[in-house]
Amino acid sequence: MNQSINQINRRNFIRLTGITGAGLVMGLSSSANGVETVENLTNALESFELHPFVVIEKSGLITIYNSKPEIGQGTFQSIPALIAEELEVSLDKVTIKQTSGEKKYGPAQSAGGSASVRTSYMNLRKVGAAAREMLIKAAAQQWNVPVEECYAADAAVHHRPSGKSLSYGALAEAASKIEAPKNPTLKDAKDFKILGKSVQRPDIPSKTDGSAKFGIDASVPGMVYASIERCPVLGSKLVSFDATAAKKVKGVIAVETCERIHGVFKTEGVAVIAENYWAALQGRKALTVKWDYQGFDQFNSKDYEQSLRNAAKEEGAIDHQQGDFDKAFAEAPVKVEAFYETPMVSHSPIEPMNCLASWQEGNKIEIWASTQVPGRVINELSATYGVPAENVKVNMFFNGGGFGRRLYPDYVHEAVQLSKKIGKPVKSVWTREDDTQQGPFRPVTYSALKGGLDASGKAIAFQHKVIAPTLDMQKNYDKTKTNGTMTEGISEQKYEIEHMKNLYVHHYVHLPLAAWRAVTSTTLAFSHECFIDEMAVAAKKDPMAFRLSMLTKESDTKNVLNKLKEVSNWDKPLPAGWGRGVAQYEFFAGLGGFVVEVSKKGTGVKIEKVYAVIDLGTVVNPDNTKAQVEGAAVMALTAAIKGGISFDKGRTVQSNYHNNPLVRINEMPKVEVHILANGGPTIKGVGEPGLPPFAPALCNAIYAATGKRIRRLPFDINKIV
Amino acid sequence: MITLNINNKTYEVDASPEMPLLWAIRDMVGLTGTKFGCGIAQCGACTVHVDGRPVRSCSFPVSAAAGKKITTIEGLNERIAEALKKAWVELQVPQCGYCQSGQIMSATALLKTKPNPTDADIDVAMQGNLCRCGTYQRIRSAIHRAAEMIK
Repeated sequence: MNQSINQINRRNFIRLTGITGAGLVMGLSSSANGVETVENLTNALESFELHPFVVIEKSGLITIYNSKPEIGQGTFQSIPALIAEELEVSLDKVTIKQTSGEKKYGPAQSAGGSASVRTSYMNLRKVGAAAREMLIKAAAQQWNVPVEECYAADAAVHHRPSGKSLSYGALAEAASKIEAPKNPTLKDAKDFKILGKSVQRPDIPSKTDGSAKFGIDASVPGMVYASIERCPVLGSKLVSFDATAAKKVKGVIAVETCERIHGVFKTEGVAVIAENYWAALQGRKALTVKWDYQGFDQFNSKDYEQSLRNAAKEEGAIDHQQGDFDKAFAEAPVKVEAFYETPMVSHSPIEPMNCLASWQEGNKIEIWASTQVPGRVINELSATYGVPAENVKVNMFFNGGGFGRRLYPDYVHEAVQLSKKIGKPVKSVWTREDDTQQGPFRPVTYSALKGGLDASGKAIAFQHKVIAPTLDMQKNYDKTKTNGTMTEGISEQKYEIEHMKNLYVHHYVHLPLAAWRAVTSTTLAFSHECFIDEMAVAAKKDPMAFRLSMLTKESDTKNVLNKLKEVSNWDKPLPAGWGRGVAQYEFFAGLGGFVVEVSKKGTGVKIEKVYAVIDLGTVVNPDNTKAQVEGAAVMALTAAIKGGISFDKGRTVQSNYHNNPLVRINEMPKVEVHILANGGPTIKGVGEPGLPPFAPALCNAIYAATGKRIRRLPFDINKIV
Repeated sequence: MITLNINNKTYEVDASPEMPLLWAIRDMVGLTGTKFGCGIAQCGACTVHVDGRPVRSCSFPVSAAAGKKITTIEGLNERIAEALKKAWVELQVPQCGYCQSGQIMSATALLKTKPNPTDADIDVAMQGNLCRCGTYQRIRSAIHRAAEMIK
């Protein structure tokens, strides 16, 4: 229970939120040990420990607060649905509002790690169920009938014997005086009307007629525009600049420096601020800037890649160990060894980074931005600029793509500093070139793999050594320690192999790095699951049968593979020149798998069909889940066969979509998605697990069709043989 | 001053002639449904119609649009566009939604010239519109669905 509820009166709450006549407000409180309890918050709204999630006004208006930013993954439906289901109200009768990082909505106000639904599933249902029980109790009291004779449906409570009913609005005030039940009864899944159904997303109509608002669409009176020149040689220092010519461009107001703060990666840039964005861009072109490259102009991908290969010779820190790998591998009659390489890639959401910031009198900051982490924005700005957290306000918008990029508020810092310097609201918009060249990027991972088989072809020894920097760009890393993020999933696979020793070799790079959708699993699944295929080939076994032979115990992984086998007709022969490949990957966000079919076409291959299985345990929106997996396959395909990011003379070689291309509609394979939702104690994520196993399934299919083993991404799908 | 006819309304904008039409529409006229994505006509997020034909407004000088009929997503209301928007909702096409104004502008132009497009027609007409969320499979289905609706 919460210890210190700072009571405020109802009138104050109404003023703060604009809600008139709040009847019943329900939410959660967090105790010190993280346990959340359902609370009746009608009279305790401004307490920092309390998170109101549903407000029922006397007018009948019901507002549900969505605390998970909408980045395309569907939280604008899936999170309110958890409350609406238990409250017995359909989503089209509810106003959904996005929370903006306010403390009262809790610490987990972020979109990341495919965590939104799986971490909210029970608690938010309890909020809705408690409100329902209180409304029923209020009605029963009013009618002076037993609670058991009453039920809730369509935002009203009904009395079964008499047919009487009262709307939630009419009951809200009476319900607000009832103590919240500690353990409200949750609905049986068989009675669900919203959860588990393919309910339409309420954000979608506005995304077809141009009315949906993204951060880049924000405007306030008196705002000016900024475009920022940052050194093309990443890691450089600003020496000096000449703004004479820039200031002569029509519309240019000022030229100021600002610092981009991306964790430990900090660089100064020169911003041209103008009356309109076009003028800011023209002014930026007229700047003369002198940089100190710090020697980073010697950096190039070829040497960097060689340094990663050299680092692979280091022993590394143990990530996971079982049995005696060294002995088992040394004595194995059949040995397989391979080295896999993956590139840096960009996030490239179509909405470029942007932020409108206003530094206001009285040490206040207001932000309008697309972000995956409004709470982090508030905390980071508060800590960096010495502004109390309650003085930082974030206005939330739909994110025009997140993919991990908008977990980082570097683009917010720049706009905040510029607004403070010139005393006006500043809207900073990155160009696509800025986005492509300045990062942050998904880091490289290289993988050295070893496998040992006994004479019968059974896998007895396995090693996956990862060579990579850390996501948080640590330079003086303690090399005796592994790093769970950089070895993500490699020690969590369910394959039963007696002797295993997985390792991590830290290898620093000075570049700005970031999590990318499905984080390190996007690269490690490729090496891991292609290598399992190499072991199957060495064992002279069918890749599906080989995997299943290592899964004697029941597991979700085994279920996924069996489902893939069934839906893809794995045992049915394919036409000549075709091949099929399978891969799965389990990691913190969840579990998915693919079977990909390819055919030889000229010197390359054509993807004929993609079968996906995602294991969730419990599914909230099947159609949206399918959409997420379809999209994840496309994103994974881009990362597998398109450019990737490389460096020459310290500069990013790629600059825009023409030389850092994405898969286009004509390259989209047919994707068929199947969902496993067989219950069970855990709920797995939706947004990310469809990504990691795609590239290995594709490359395993290419091997089956052509005999060519792909161990380096990206590759040219039109030039395989 | 440059005079623009956008969605059958007249606007006077104080823009330099070489400024891309995109910025006049977004920053000066205030219609934000048309999106900035790349600035070099590679992603299609900024697609508008100029005299009925799809144009990448990020690379189209505002002066070249003067005296022409410009249509943005906000002004798209004829039968074909309404069918497309309906199909987009029915098949739940958008994810983040940022590219979808441009997708629907391009799809409308396609159905105007080819009311019953083949997959190959869709490939040609829609290839210029990127979607980072990967909604392509549903875009294709929704165009076919809209084509059925307008029959």
